[in-house]
Amino acid sequence: MTEFLQQLINGLALGSILALIALGYTMVYGILRFINFAHGDVFMLGAFAGFYLTPKIAKIFPTPSILSGLVVMGISMLICAALGIIIERFAYRPLRSSPKLTMLITAIGVSLFLEYTGQFVFGAAPKKFPELIPVYPIAQFGGLSLNSNQIIVFAVTLVLLIALRFIVLKTKIGTAMRALSFNPQAAALMGINIDLVISFTFALGSALAAAAGILFAVNYPAIDPLMGILPGLKAFVAAVLGGIGNLPGAALGGIIIGITETLVSGYISSTYRDAIAFGILILMLLVKPSGLLGKKEIEKV
Amino acid sequence: MNIRHAKLFLLAAIVLSFLISLFENQINSYWLFISYDIGINIILAVSLNLINGYTGQFSLGHAGFMAVGGYTAAVITNQFGHLNLFFANGIFVVALFAGGITAAIAGLLVGIPTLRLRGDYLAIVTLGFGEIIRVIFQNMQSVGGARGLSVTHNYTNFFWTFALAALTIYVVTTLVHSTYGRGFIAVRDDEIAAEATGVNPTKYKVTAFVVGAFFAGIAGGLYAHSKQFLTPSGFGFMTSIAIVVMVILGGMGNTPGVVLAAILLTLLPEGLRALAGVEHLPGLAAEFPLSWVGNMRMIIYSLLLIVLMLTRPQGLFALRKLKTKNSK
Repeated sequence: MTEFLQQLINGLALGSILALIALGYTMVYGILRFINFAHGDVFMLGAFAGFYLTPKIAKIFPTPSILSGLVVMGISMLICAALGIIIERFAYRPLRSSPKLTMLITAIGVSLFLEYTGQFVFGAAPKKFPELIPVYPIAQFGGLSLNSNQIIVFAVTLVLLIALRFIVLKTKIGTAMRALSFNPQAAALMGINIDLVISFTFALGSALAAAAGILFAVNYPAIDPLMGILPGLKAFVAAVLGGIGNLPGAALGGIIIGITETLVSGYISSTYRDAIAFGILILMLLVKPSGLLGKKEIEKV
Repeated sequence: MNIRHAKLFLLAAIVLSFLISLFENQINSYWLFISYDIGINIILAVSLNLINGYTGQFSLGHAGFMAVGGYTAAVITNQFGHLNLFFANGIFVVALFAGGITAAIAGLLVGIPTLRLRGDYLAIVTLGFGEIIRVIFQNMQSVGGARGLSVTHNYTNFFWTFALAALTIYVVTTLVHSTYGRGFIAVRDDEIAAEATGVNPTKYKVTAFVVGAFFAGIAGGLYAHSKQFLTPSGFGFMTSIAIVVMVILGGMGNTPGVVLAAILLTLLPEGLRALAGVEHLPGLAAEFPLSWVGNMRMIIYSLLLIVLMLTRPQGLFALRKLKTKNSK
């Protein structure tokens, strides 16, 4: 039982990180109806931004500490937000009226470009992420251990989710985002600046991915330029599982995938771990393609 | 390619590859192995073109089918390689065919559940299937698991590689140009209209997957008996992407273009390797790590993809504009 609970806690931590990435997929899909394949690599760049920022921040703030962790996270979120805007501006915007397949292929191209340019610039060998946030064991009862890192993952995820919910539901730009995902033509007619809203969506999603990258690197401190591929794909599966385009669904899907994966690698075999997410995806698309919380879309001719 | 000359082309290609294979011993083995790679890549790209280009089903799992065929063929020749069936190395033909059939079955298994998906969903699911196949091989200890499987025989030669490449081109071209095969293009251009005129999209999609997977399996068998070593990680996502790049570069639904792209993209890393072999390149570091070539190739691939999609989405070698549905 203790082991099960321990796996559950680990799974929840992994799931929270996946949820943060999945939100980026689902927001972009909600508005542009395409899978931003490069999203997993923005997550990787977030981790690398943290890797290079930490020594610089350490000169100003005492490191490791919560404060320096937050500063590093904030700056990498800004960097990745800018990156997200740049990617959208130069790779996706010129193709907005092209067939979806063209955009998908471009996204794969951007993803490969970020990965292999990353290998070229950062080196292909895994790097050890510096100690950014101090680790304290918080609770130890009956073999069950919970450390401060896991608490930080939960706390940061929760804060970001609430902030995102606030932005999407209560602010003017959030209303514009929802209008755009509902009907782009009508939204444009109502005077919404579509380009601005799409840029903002990419910035928001990329910032969340950067936060996820830092959290991931703090918990699993070996980072490399290809680290974004699998978490990216799994987060996409999470977004589909929850119903793509649906924000609470993406968070729920991320947590389900994280827990299932941890349980499977704990109890069955860790080598099958990477196939689990895809198995879930295929089952989900066969049984309920609209996702757990998604609305059924009626196909119009 | 003119359809009336297809049989003539097939015959000529087979005779030509047979004639060249007579001089195989005199060809530099480095270039010989590159020529095998070219032939294998032509088979892969042309067969994927049937799925991606002609039928419009974006598949990212071609390496998975290749793995199924490669492992099947390798296991058969490892077991029965000493037998002589009909003629020398006859077992090789049987093994290749068996590899194609098992890959086709895998294609059927992938094709049926993914029929209701289209566009980006299909891409992700086929990618997922490819990864699942890879993970299964990684866990199959009977074929070496993650350590890989060494293949005893090096049966792949110039004749088989190019005769089968010609056969792939022949089958795909004649299939697509036949009365029956017009359905593939109809499904790609407008699925609903195709269905309304009595074309059964389900049947065509499954056929495309099965035929495409069959030839990918044969390519896998050729690959296994050329490299003589198989690892599951060699059939990952990146291998599938490399094949997709060939199809896109050549132009989706344009077989001659795809063949040309397969040849070019096989030679490209060799050219880069030759470049990397230069000891002091002005402006660059004196020593190149071994991964440099692989890295550069992937950076070039990715840039090629992005620039191509932005400027010539119909492919580099397509003369006329590809008509695709602007699907919502």
